[in-house]
Amino acid sequence: MAKIVVDVMLKPEILDPQGKAVAAALPRLGFTFAKDVRQGKRFEIEVDGEPTAAQLAEVEAAAEKLLSNPVIENFTVRVEK
Amino acid sequence: MKIGVVTFPGTLDDRDAARAVRHAGGEAVSLWHNDAELHGVDAVILPGGFSYGDYLRCGAISRFSPVMEPIIDAANGGMPLLGICNGFQVLAEAHLIPGALTRNHELHFLCRDQKLTIENTNTAWTSSFTQGQEILIPLKNGEGAYMCDDETLAMLEDEGRIIARYVGENPNGSRNLIAGITNERGNVVGLMPHPEHAIDSLTGPSADGLAFFTSVLKAMVK
Repeated sequence: MAKIVVDVMLKPEILDPQGKAVAAALPRLGFTFAKDVRQGKRFEIEVDGEPTAAQLAEVEAAAEKLLSNPVIENFTVRVEK
Repeated sequence: MKIGVVTFPGTLDDRDAARAVRHAGGEAVSLWHNDAELHGVDAVILPGGFSYGDYLRCGAISRFSPVMEPIIDAANGGMPLLGICNGFQVLAEAHLIPGALTRNHELHFLCRDQKLTIENTNTAWTSSFTQGQEILIPLKNGEGAYMCDDETLAMLEDEGRIIARYVGENPNGSRNLIAGITNERGNVVGLMPHPEHAIDSLTGPSADGLAFFTSVLKAMVK
C-alpha cells in the first residue's frame, strides 16, 4: 500500500492570518527562530499497490477541482513510501 | 413569484431567508441540497450557515451538491441568484463570481450590525436601493475577507461590480472594503452581511435588508 500526499498552501500573496498568529505565538514561548510562518493543509491518500501514472493524474485533477481552490491556493502531489 | 431557498446540511439562515422573501411579497420554496430539481422557481437564494461544517474550505463541499448543478446552469442562463455569507462562499467555490473568501484578518468571528454603502443598483438584487445609500444590517462571519488578484480587483472596480462596501474600519480584511460583488451580467450577487436578518425593526437593527428581496421580485416582473 502506498500513500499519495497532497500539500495545499495559500499562495504567497494571500494573507495567512493563522500563520501570522502562530508566528506571533512562537517568540512568546522563547522560540525566536521564525522569520515567518505559513500554515497549510496536508492530505494523505492511501491506494493499493504502487500508484500508477494514471492514478497520479487523477489525484492531480482532484486536487485542482476539490482539495484546493486555485484562486487562492497552490498544491503539490507526491508519493510517500 | 417563486424564490427557492436552499438548505444544505449545516445551513442556518434558510428560515430567515424564506421569511424575508414572504415579507417582500414573494413565495418561498424550500430546495433540498440532495434534490437536483429547482421546482419551477424564478430565483434562488443560497443562505448563510456552516454547510458541511465548513470542512475542507467554506462552501467547497456544498458547491458539488446535486442541487447546485441546475442552479449553476440556470444562473448561467440569467436566473437571479443571491449567495449570503456561506452562500457567497459557495458562489466563489463554484466560480460563479471571481475571487475567494478567506479567514478574517484578525482571526475573530464577527457578529455585529454593520454599515454598508450600496454602490451598484443595476443588479437583480439591488435595484430597489438608491446609488450610494447607506444601510445597516448584521454581519456575522469567520471567513469573510474577500480576496482576489490585483487584475480581478481592477476589473471589479472598473466594471462597477462591487455592489456593497463596508463603511468605516475594515471589519475583516476584505480587499477594498468589499462586502458584496456581482457577476458580469448582474444576476448573480454574493454578499457577506445578512440582509435577511434586517427586514423589520422588531427582529433586526433596521428594515434595510428587505430591499434586496423586493429588488428581485421587481426584476422578475420586468
